[in-house]
Amino acid sequence: MKPGRYGIYGGQYVPETLMSALIELEETYERVREDPGFSRRLSWYLREYAGRETPLTYCGNLSRDLGCRVYLKREDLLHGGAHKLNNTLGQALMAKFMGKRRLIAETGAGQHGVATAIAGAALGLPVEVYMGEVDTRRQALNVFRMELLGARVIPVASGTRTLKDAINAAMRDWVANIRDTHYLLGSCVGPHPFPRIVRDFQSVIGEEARRQILEREGRLPEMVVACVGGGSNAIGIFYPFVNDDVRLVGVEAGGEGLDSGRHGASLSAGSVGVFQGALSYLLQDDDGQALETHSVAAGLDHPSVGPEHAMLKDSGRVRYEAVTDAEALHAFRRLSRTEGIIPALESAHAVAYALRAADDLDKDDILVVNLSGRGDKDVADVANLHGGVA
Amino acid sequence: MSRIEALFARKNPVFIGFTVAGDPGIEASFGVAKTMIDAGADLLEIAAPYSDPVADGPVIERAHVRALRAGTTTGDVFALVRRVREHAPATPLVLFTYHNIIHRRGADRFFAEAAASGADGVLIVDLPAEESDEVAPYAARHGVDRIALIAPTTSPERQRTILKDASGFVYLISLEGVTGERDRLPPGLAGLVGAVREKTDLPLAVGFGVSRPEHVRTVVAAGANGVIVGSALVRLIEEHAGDEAAMHAGLRTAIAALRGGFALDPEPDMLRRERVEG
Repeated sequence: MKPGRYGIYGGQYVPETLMSALIELEETYERVREDPGFSRRLSWYLREYAGRETPLTYCGNLSRDLGCRVYLKREDLLHGGAHKLNNTLGQALMAKFMGKRRLIAETGAGQHGVATAIAGAALGLPVEVYMGEVDTRRQALNVFRMELLGARVIPVASGTRTLKDAINAAMRDWVANIRDTHYLLGSCVGPHPFPRIVRDFQSVIGEEARRQILEREGRLPEMVVACVGGGSNAIGIFYPFVNDDVRLVGVEAGGEGLDSGRHGASLSAGSVGVFQGALSYLLQDDDGQALETHSVAAGLDHPSVGPEHAMLKDSGRVRYEAVTDAEALHAFRRLSRTEGIIPALESAHAVAYALRAADDLDKDDILVVNLSGRGDKDVADVANLHGGVA
Repeated sequence: MSRIEALFARKNPVFIGFTVAGDPGIEASFGVAKTMIDAGADLLEIAAPYSDPVADGPVIERAHVRALRAGTTTGDVFALVRRVREHAPATPLVLFTYHNIIHRRGADRFFAEAAASGADGVLIVDLPAEESDEVAPYAARHGVDRIALIAPTTSPERQRTILKDASGFVYLISLEGVTGERDRLPPGLAGLVGAVREKTDLPLAVGFGVSRPEHVRTVVAAGANGVIVGSALVRLIEEHAGDEAAMHAGLRTAIAALRGGFALDPEPDMLRRERVEG
């Protein structure tokens, strides 16, 4: 198998100008993985600055309602309000090791942009964040947060003006500033070695969850559920469970339904294609043009998905399901009311699937839902959708 | 001898024009190609429009968008190549594409259709040497040259790897960045041309940023065998949208002016400066 492959997926489909930077990144990553100094610094930042480990919260009310034992892995309690900081701290430290003087990033829901801005501020690296113009409007609060944190937000007006175009713009910037800039990619997508780096930095979620559930329940869960856009929080929680007898379910953005054509479910409804540097599943037409996508959750509004998920789908190790905007919004309200926890709309997709899956679980079965982020950023948006009434 | 070989054997330097198939419309695109060849493009690069052209700057990206909005399909791209081939039997034609267009169609079918339509070469802007085994056997089977790309950031070892199975000509990317017009070309250009020249007998053509007669002069003085102009021509199409006569006149004038760079002072200011600055 060629390096950087997950089965047939992955690879490095990028302009030649980027190859030197990808080679440098891979070499740096191999070096820092073995470097105790790097691990020590990263552990310090994760523990003392970001607030790890995050709790694994038993949800008594929801468990009673659903008839199984429901736990939430609380990445919403990580500094910044989402799992994204695990990866941005790791990559920002790597950028320092490589002597890069500037970070660029792309963001959909804004959480990755905020997390990059936080990491940049903490480590003293200037940050510029590309964001689709549509998303800057849906996520105005996060735009303000990024600016408050000292980052410059650059609205992208090309294409569909969402995450995919923000990624394109960030790649162009990187091509032009390859020597002094690190592109801090926010999900387990893109060319090798990004999918692996992001997965490794996010695996802390699954390692903790696995240890915590064993401590609490003395056994592994029956099912672990996570939402999948690019798929970084999902691969982060799945990876340490891959060799266990645990059902893993990734939940994609079903939007207005898979038949409507307005969704972001690349694994459920896409086909194999090359997109933004990797071979994976892609929502595309007969000529290979990426299709427009839709999700109520900006972070899931993307036509492709990380290559490792593509392999896990083909092998059947992980099941991928889609839930609609309406189901996600219902779950958003239900978790808020039953447990006093407002999930990010992205995470609400995982909660929605948990509500559906509970029918097949027994009273003693354990269900772990990765709550990848908190919903504060989405509150205004949801209020608008419902005319101000939750 | 292939059309590409014959061209470079006959002419030095050569002027390479770039256009996106289907820009500004499917039918109008044939007129654009025809005018470019008649005005002095020795070789034409015809791009297959793509939804996410990450190697291209804003001017060419907008051309991809215009072409896709006009409904251009991969089939239309081959049909355009076929018509241009009939119009200009001796002019080499190179398809410029992003890899997913090929992947989606299947590499065997894509290269078969490319050959049948009269394309001489295919340039895949996001398929580095590491991944090129996906297309190499099919390009060879159908007798289509695979145009290799070398960037200023490409290490000498990678240059050797890339050149090992390149054919037709070598596309040297002049600068670190996406396509688009620039005020001046980077000072390291002559060094790049010289370094690659040592490693291959293939003709070298320089693109990205070349948009003025003095740039053409610089490229030729650096020792390249050809220049590739894209954004400066694509911008004329955009500016004259809705007035085809003005568009064609603009293309003719621009190509004549750019070709004028071939005849000018062979020692341009930039090289002279470079030598002085060491």
